Amino acid sequence: MTYIPKPKIAHPSLPRNELGLTRRDYEGALSTLCAGCGHDSITAAIIEASWGISLRPENLVKLSGIGCSSKTTAYFVGGAHGFNSVHGRMPSIAMGANAANRDLYYIGISGDGDSLSIGLGQFCHAIRRNVDMLYIIENNGVYGLTKGQFSASADIGTKAKKGDVNQQPPIDPVLLAMNLGAGFVARSFSGDKKQLVPLIQAGLEYPGFALIDVLSPCVTFNDHDGSTKSYQYTREHYEPVVEADFVPFQREITTDYAAGEAVPVMLHDGSRVVLRKLAEAYDPTDAHAAYDYVQQHIAKGEYLTGLLHCRPTTDTEFHGLNRTPEQPLNQLPFGKLVPGAKALEKVLARYR
Amino acid sequence: MAATDTSHPDYFHKVVDCQWACPAHTDVPEYIRLIAQGRFTDAYLVNRRSNVFPGILGRVCDRPCEPACRRGRVEEKPVAICRLKRVAADHKDEFRDRLPAIPAQKNGKRIACIGAGCASLTVANDLMPLGYEVTIFEQFAVAGGLMRTNIPSFRLPGSVIDEEIAAIVDMGVDLRLGHRIESMRKLLEEGGFDAVFVGSGAPKGKELDLPGRQEGAANIHIGITWLESIAFEHIKTVGEKVLIIGVGNTAMDCCRSSLRLGAKSVKVMARKPRQFFKASEWELEDAEAESVEIIINRSPKSFVVEGGKLKGMMFDVMEYEVDARGRITAERVASEEFQPADDVILAIGQENAFPWIERDLGIEFDKWEVPKVDPVTHESTRKGVFFGGDAAFGPKNIIWSVEHGHQAAISIHQHCMGKPVSERLPPGVNLQSRKMGMHEWSYNNDYSGIERRLVPHVSLKERFKKIDIEVELGFTAEQAAAEVQRCLNCDVQTVFDAKLCIECDACIDICPVDCLTMTPDGEEADLRTRLKAPAQNVTQALYVSAPLKFTGRVMVKDEDVCVHCGLCAERCPTAAWDMQKSWVKWPHAVDQPAPATEAAR
Repeated sequence: MTYIPKPKIAHPSLPRNELGLTRRDYEGALSTLCAGCGHDSITAAIIEASWGISLRPENLVKLSGIGCSSKTTAYFVGGAHGFNSVHGRMPSIAMGANAANRDLYYIGISGDGDSLSIGLGQFCHAIRRNVDMLYIIENNGVYGLTKGQFSASADIGTKAKKGDVNQQPPIDPVLLAMNLGAGFVARSFSGDKKQLVPLIQAGLEYPGFALIDVLSPCVTFNDHDGSTKSYQYTREHYEPVVEADFVPFQREITTDYAAGEAVPVMLHDGSRVVLRKLAEAYDPTDAHAAYDYVQQHIAKGEYLTGLLHCRPTTDTEFHGLNRTPEQPLNQLPFGKLVPGAKALEKVLARYR
Repeated sequence: MAATDTSHPDYFHKVVDCQWACPAHTDVPEYIRLIAQGRFTDAYLVNRRSNVFPGILGRVCDRPCEPACRRGRVEEKPVAICRLKRVAADHKDEFRDRLPAIPAQKNGKRIACIGAGCASLTVANDLMPLGYEVTIFEQFAVAGGLMRTNIPSFRLPGSVIDEEIAAIVDMGVDLRLGHRIESMRKLLEEGGFDAVFVGSGAPKGKELDLPGRQEGAANIHIGITWLESIAFEHIKTVGEKVLIIGVGNTAMDCCRSSLRLGAKSVKVMARKPRQFFKASEWELEDAEAESVEIIINRSPKSFVVEGGKLKGMMFDVMEYEVDARGRITAERVASEEFQPADDVILAIGQENAFPWIERDLGIEFDKWEVPKVDPVTHESTRKGVFFGGDAAFGPKNIIWSVEHGHQAAISIHQHCMGKPVSERLPPGVNLQSRKMGMHEWSYNNDYSGIERRLVPHVSLKERFKKIDIEVELGFTAEQAAAEVQRCLNCDVQTVFDAKLCIECDACIDICPVDCLTMTPDGEEADLRTRLKAPAQNVTQALYVSAPLKFTGRVMVKDEDVCVHCGLCAERCPTAAWDMQKSWVKWPHAVDQPAPATEAAR
């Protein structure tokens, strides 16, 4: 953390997006996390991604629970809506908000404790219900805010700062999400913005539940020798298997991809995610194959990264399944929103 | 590209744009911080070590530092460095007891300086503490040279000159006023001096030989001579209509002096358009604020004299074609024009002139009658004879003369010690961390968004009442306190240690001006295009690290618009970035090895 706020002075040639905003306009409050925290890099990636797709700050909703990760919603897109919920209960809030207003972009920021321990049930059901949101887990394997106990994502054999060795098996959010049928499952690393920024952009535009599990080293409690989530270990063991480029629908693809290598996945508004396989034997659109492939590599101690699984999902889309109103509730006329006692009588009569 | 060699003394020196641009390498950010702390005497002495005349320069310096100032690239206007220098000078306490002690026992070497201007005085300032006996010969009855005679007292009061000269003369300098050197031969043969320094300036104003010059001579004046006569109160009036020919800084002094001598209409006649003016922008502004009219594209043709009396001048009205790069490619005369005038002042340049140096002494002159002087050692072609200031390479300005004095003093010292004058200490840089604690730095690292303060002036009504009313009042306490915070502390350097970096991106994410990038290595031209913000200003260096240990990428910092806020260092979990004050060691005579007193014996 720092004591002085980031000065309100910018590079004179800072580029502007379609809204005429610079990257600096997407910043938030001053971070109070430890210096060198991976979460701050993810925050920077979200800023870059939101700026890049010319997201209107007022069209974004930031939701979080409790933990170091959950503090970070304060640090990006200061002009967005925000809700800081009870520990592990962010998915419920997101779901409610999503049902009430489908016009907004939803981004949930959670951690390995918030999502895989206290909030595991909520996390699973958000996937099941296919809530239209981008769900980012800032995964560092420890409870940083309570001084570094192992979290549910700690690998077997990883060492705590004081020397304890973890013996319980980890919960892997990527495997869990694929198992539960998520249509957009990615893993990335806070230290690789080139990969992370397009993933966030694609995740924001994806119509349905999009998960990005971001390895985000805890510089204070989990960045030592023997840790499997330190900067050094992650750099040495992470392997990008698929690159994702997000292509907004207005733009043409300008990059030439070798045939067979590039797999475009169309999104509902005509934009595309173009997947480029870096490993030949891998099919990111086939959920079962992807699951097996990722699991095999986890057994070998490797972190596969990239958009590990992506498929168009229209059949199980949240709003369609739940018949939510197309018009946001806050724009409905009062008479329609609160139809009155007679209408209530009618509804109740159906159950008599 | 190769990792930046920060051990080269120029690397961090160049980052301090003002200090690098200053001919005397004044440690500007250091003295600005001292002013911020109210330590005016300390600030004055930091100045004095480099530029010797902070009070004078705080008013009339040509300020090469200000166009160079990084603040001018970050926002619009540079820090008012020059005016802050004046704050230090105006508010200092007694400082004489903190100047170097003058040895009672002299080293037996006698030095003659010709002309008591800034160059000679600097030589004396540097050599007196080493035990030299310095004699300064001055043609006028007062010391100061062009600072005294050519800069009007409404810009530079005599009392300021007196004080700063006294600080040097009182070191025990043998100042011979009213003593004009008529023959170099006599001085060399009979003077008994171990070395001679010529600091006699460029006292010859350029002539404009046009029809009518002789007939109208009574009302046609050479600018610098005319200013000199005003300074000595030989001239106290001027006609109602005055034309100034030329548009340099001397012309600005002439037009503003004319107003104070009673002129009602003053016009400055410029041959070319404004972008070609030689005068500093702020001097033009000051003159125009006093309703001086500057007329462009007028080339003098003749003086119009009727009945033995000057009536005015004829000008060709010029038209120019200027190309994309701002150069004149063609010119033509469109028409001609008469401008009435009672007096004409010629301010079209000046030259050094040495009628008093015999040409058979081994002091060689080139075809333009300019002495051949070594640009580093300032030695002429005759051993033991040195030139500095305007006398050496033609008219420059005070701050250059001071630096010439410093360099000549080193040479004189080497010469008198029997060592080669080319044997000079190289410059150096020391670095010292400014870290005090977790988030504490021993400098104010926050960025102040405040705009440049404007120096208050005496009102237009008041200032013309007397010729010596100083127009600029200097910053108020509140203004100075605000202006000092505009300084970006460029001397507190961002220093990177690649071995410590864990590539967490924290510094890159926090940098407010996108200076930093971690990227695969490449050639400089290629790297410049691949940074977080393209590095288009090639005059500013890229600071490239050794390969980083995890990925082999390099950390690249574009120095161009870094505001030295220290956030990269504050966010760095491993202290790979640190903020370190650079102390540029720019050697003077006193720094040369072997104390003078011992070597002389």
